[in-house]
Amino acid sequence: MRSSDGSLIEVHLTVNGDAVRRAVPPERTLAELLREDLLLTGCKQGCDQGDCGACTVLVDGRAQLACLTLVVAIDGATIETVEGLQQRGRLHPLQAAFVAHGAAQCGFCTPGMLLSAVALLRASPRASRDEIRAGLAGNLCRCTGYVKIIDAVEAVARGDDEEPAP
Amino acid sequence: MTATGYVRPASIAEAVAARAAHPDWIVLCGATDLMVEAPLRPAPVGVVDVWALAELCGIAEVDGGAVRIGAATPWRDVVTSPLIAARAPILAAAAREIGALQIQARGTIGGNVGTSSPVGDSLPVLLALDATVELASPRGTRRVPYRDYPTGYRTTALAADELIVAITIPAAHPGARQLWRKVGTRRAQSISKIMAAALLRVEAGRFVEARIGLGAVANRPIRAAGAEAAIVGAPVGEATADAAAAALAAELTPITDVRSTAPYRLATVQQVVRRFVLEASSPSSPD
Repeated sequence: MRSSDGSLIEVHLTVNGDAVRRAVPPERTLAELLREDLLLTGCKQGCDQGDCGACTVLVDGRAQLACLTLVVAIDGATIETVEGLQQRGRLHPLQAAFVAHGAAQCGFCTPGMLLSAVALLRASPRASRDEIRAGLAGNLCRCTGYVKIIDAVEAVARGDDEEPAP
Repeated sequence: MTATGYVRPASIAEAVAARAAHPDWIVLCGATDLMVEAPLRPAPVGVVDVWALAELCGIAEVDGGAVRIGAATPWRDVVTSPLIAARAPILAAAAREIGALQIQARGTIGGNVGTSSPVGDSLPVLLALDATVELASPRGTRRVPYRDYPTGYRTTALAADELIVAITIPAAHPGARQLWRKVGTRRAQSISKIMAAALLRVEAGRFVEARIGLGAVANRPIRAAGAEAAIVGAPVGEATADAAAAALAAELTPITDVRSTAPYRLATVQQVVRRFVLEASSPSSPD
């Protein structure tokens, strides 16, 4: 059992492959931890109330909203953020497809979109256009550039790019 | 949110002990509601966090065809469960429309039941399927029919020292039709204007079983007892559909708020229930 009378609680996480140990107050959200403590500002705080999906990160492989997630509630979890997608300076195939298809406009929704797409294609590597639409339904793009975003994910799902998604 | 106390139990026994020790603390099971409204509400004195507690997670068959769902089971697991798809397809349908994937990964059935919002998406389904809520406390375990669980606006039968452990859905008659409809501003990501769930069964041209659960048309999720009474024993067809719709006008008290108006809610729920009756009146087809 973990308990606290209001003092800090120590939490262990794996973030983009690195072990992270932090003492946090119970109300600290994962979005605050990533952005303010770990300086992983790819996790965007858009609405900060679970509507927009801009703070989407992967928690133990599932796309979740960092703004609604208490750090103390996910002790031991493995976190993946947009900063961890590239490998040795090479863009992730989905990132490369976003560039190739012009899928980023202002860019604010892009990290969340990418992580939802990563989770989707890991579970369903050949996802159909409808499955892609459903998989990204929790991520809003205020530039409304949805068509190119879906095109980019579909290109990876169809294997149009030379490399398969890891 | 600023909580001064936090406990994350590792077992149901620890959770029950923590709940009993801190009856004024809030039980957290996903936080997709609490965290959203956190800036608008007084901070909880403390939090008993049971999200992902292994003993509270999982979907299993029990007692000859009933399905028991652990309180901390997230909606995504309900959506993808073959057992739910076979036995309680309208629960899977409702779960699929709760937020998007990110919310379904964290939000839980026990959280929906505990929060007891009049617009909780799964709650009309639990009424239509005659679910039972299993509650644990230091005094033991008790089972409450879900229809008796919501007692008013966000108030429930849960005692201050009790913990929601599981929701059990009894086996439905194989000939029963399950129906579900959520009406919101748009298809994705919107809070409901109304929800309706029904279990209807026809034998020899007459309705022999009818349970209708409704959301967002009263201060809590409710069974439409008047409409059910108008349906059971009546023949299939338009006349019964009309009688059920007429009965709803007498028993519902929808409100006008930011999401909809009272007349729209009543007219829409009447139309949805009418269609349920007509759909169940036609020979069975795969939903």
